[in-house]
Amino acid sequence: MREGAATRFAGLHRFASWLSITPLVLVLVPFFVVPMLAVVAASFMESDGFGGIIPHPTLDNYKELFTSGLTLNLYLSTLKFTILTWIFTFLIGFGVAYFLAFHVKSPLLSTSLFLVCTIPFWTSNVIRMISWIPLLGQQGLVNMVLTGSGLIHQPLKFLLFSDFSVVVAYVHQLTIFMIVPIYSSLARVDKRVVEAALDSGASNWDVLRLVILPLAKSGIALGSVFVTSIVMGDFFVVKVMSGGNSGSIVAALFENISVLQYPTAAAQAVVLMLVVLLIATIILRAVDVRREIAR
Amino acid sequence: MRRYRRPWTFYALLALFVGYVAALYGPMLCIYVLSFQDVRGGLVFPMKGLSVHWFVDLFTQVRTGDVKGSFDRSIKLALMVMAITVVVSFLAGLGFRRRFRGDGVVFYAMIGSLVAPGLVLGIGIGLMFQFLGIQPSWTTSALGAQLSWTLPFGVLVMFAVMSRFDRRWEEAARDLGATRWQTVRLVVLPILLPGLIGVALFGFTLSYDEFARTLQTAGSLNTLPLEIWSMTLNVTSPSLYALGTVTTAISFLIIALCLGVIIHLQRRRAARADMGNVAGTEGPTP
Repeated sequence: MREGAATRFAGLHRFASWLSITPLVLVLVPFFVVPMLAVVAASFMESDGFGGIIPHPTLDNYKELFTSGLTLNLYLSTLKFTILTWIFTFLIGFGVAYFLAFHVKSPLLSTSLFLVCTIPFWTSNVIRMISWIPLLGQQGLVNMVLTGSGLIHQPLKFLLFSDFSVVVAYVHQLTIFMIVPIYSSLARVDKRVVEAALDSGASNWDVLRLVILPLAKSGIALGSVFVTSIVMGDFFVVKVMSGGNSGSIVAALFENISVLQYPTAAAQAVVLMLVVLLIATIILRAVDVRREIAR
Repeated sequence: MRRYRRPWTFYALLALFVGYVAALYGPMLCIYVLSFQDVRGGLVFPMKGLSVHWFVDLFTQVRTGDVKGSFDRSIKLALMVMAITVVVSFLAGLGFRRRFRGDGVVFYAMIGSLVAPGLVLGIGIGLMFQFLGIQPSWTTSALGAQLSWTLPFGVLVMFAVMSRFDRRWEEAARDLGATRWQTVRLVVLPILLPGLIGVALFGFTLSYDEFARTLQTAGSLNTLPLEIWSMTLNVTSPSLYALGTVTTAISFLIIALCLGVIIHLQRRRAARADMGNVAGTEGPTP
């Protein structure tokens, strides 16, 4: 009798849990699952050349993609930006998060400074990116100051519309994605653990390497997934900040869209999705994200 | 970690922090300042004059596009996205507290939706509408595309909020005879309110600034970020900066509003808790 009630109770709980995530499922299915299946389906079909899709199965889109030398170049270029951005966002993000979590003693000050870092995240990315133009341009502030002080005689050209400015814009936009998860994992580190390590004779370097980094692992992993997936999926920053000199995977994909070659674009999208998922899986294999966030 | 003498790393990291914040805000400040030039103004320093010419230009000139209409649409869309994100994230947050069959699938679908390249998802939604024979528009396809981005954020924030929620408060309410609905309305909701306002902030601002997912799904009418994007490609006057100043001001207004409400709620709660302690009863004070 009692057991029966408990089972019924558990069943009710399960039902309630399902009921309350139903709205989420009702959004994710039509606006994530089905569209992705539509992309996969379209990648195996033929184009009529006018934006229409002929439901005739073919592998030509993939053949074209894998035999084109351009594909490899685009992936290498995007991978280069991804790695550079990851290195800088990690170094800056970890440094800032470490400073806020361990060096700022007052919790209120620490939270306020953290908020100062996050506020720009809630403003327009497009605006934040173009705001580098008056700084880095040939007549920009940086060049004006450098030539004015006599350090250089000719304005530096590599500052804007180059790989340099692309990485600057990425790091500017994405470091916050490293700071937030790393800060939240560092803030939970018990300070006494660090004291204990120091008392047992560990050097500062050992503490960082053997105590703090392992404890910050989940934050670093989450931040890395955000940064790499955003850079891999970007076309806007590359397009504007390289001045058209560098391509990206999604920029090539977008060009196919604008000439209405949907199946070709879909094949590119499928390959890109697989690469992004592969990278995310490799990074996240080390940690149980759900447990870490809910901890 | 020595208590009285600060190590050199403190100063090195302080420099890094100050440098980071300066680089974060510096460029933005530049364009806000440059947007207040007069009619002779250009895209770079030095500043030429001081006026609101480019703001007037922004809302009156036809050549800069339909700024007013797109602005209107963006605000309405952001409000819709915000409302749906708050309700759905709250419910999902409650649901995900227990493990149940299929929860992992939903969770990973959500993470997939978060990391999917925006443009790819936009194309997928466009294709789906094409297959179904429905015209994409900002109130249908763009709304869904933005929700696929704001909901994972909202639910992740709810996870963090829920982890600090003590189950026993809910059980206590039930033991005292509250119905399920009363427990949610009178105990769970008030305690989680600051977190929910945080979710609302995410919902509004992420939608208001969303670009990649909206690009292929907005249909024939632009939202504000799409308008800014087309302006970056063909407008070369400080109007562009003026638009940046206006949109940032709106974002800051929303952030300030949300933070203000959160702080107010927490103050009120602290005051009530004090009163409760005086009277000898303890209320839930997270």
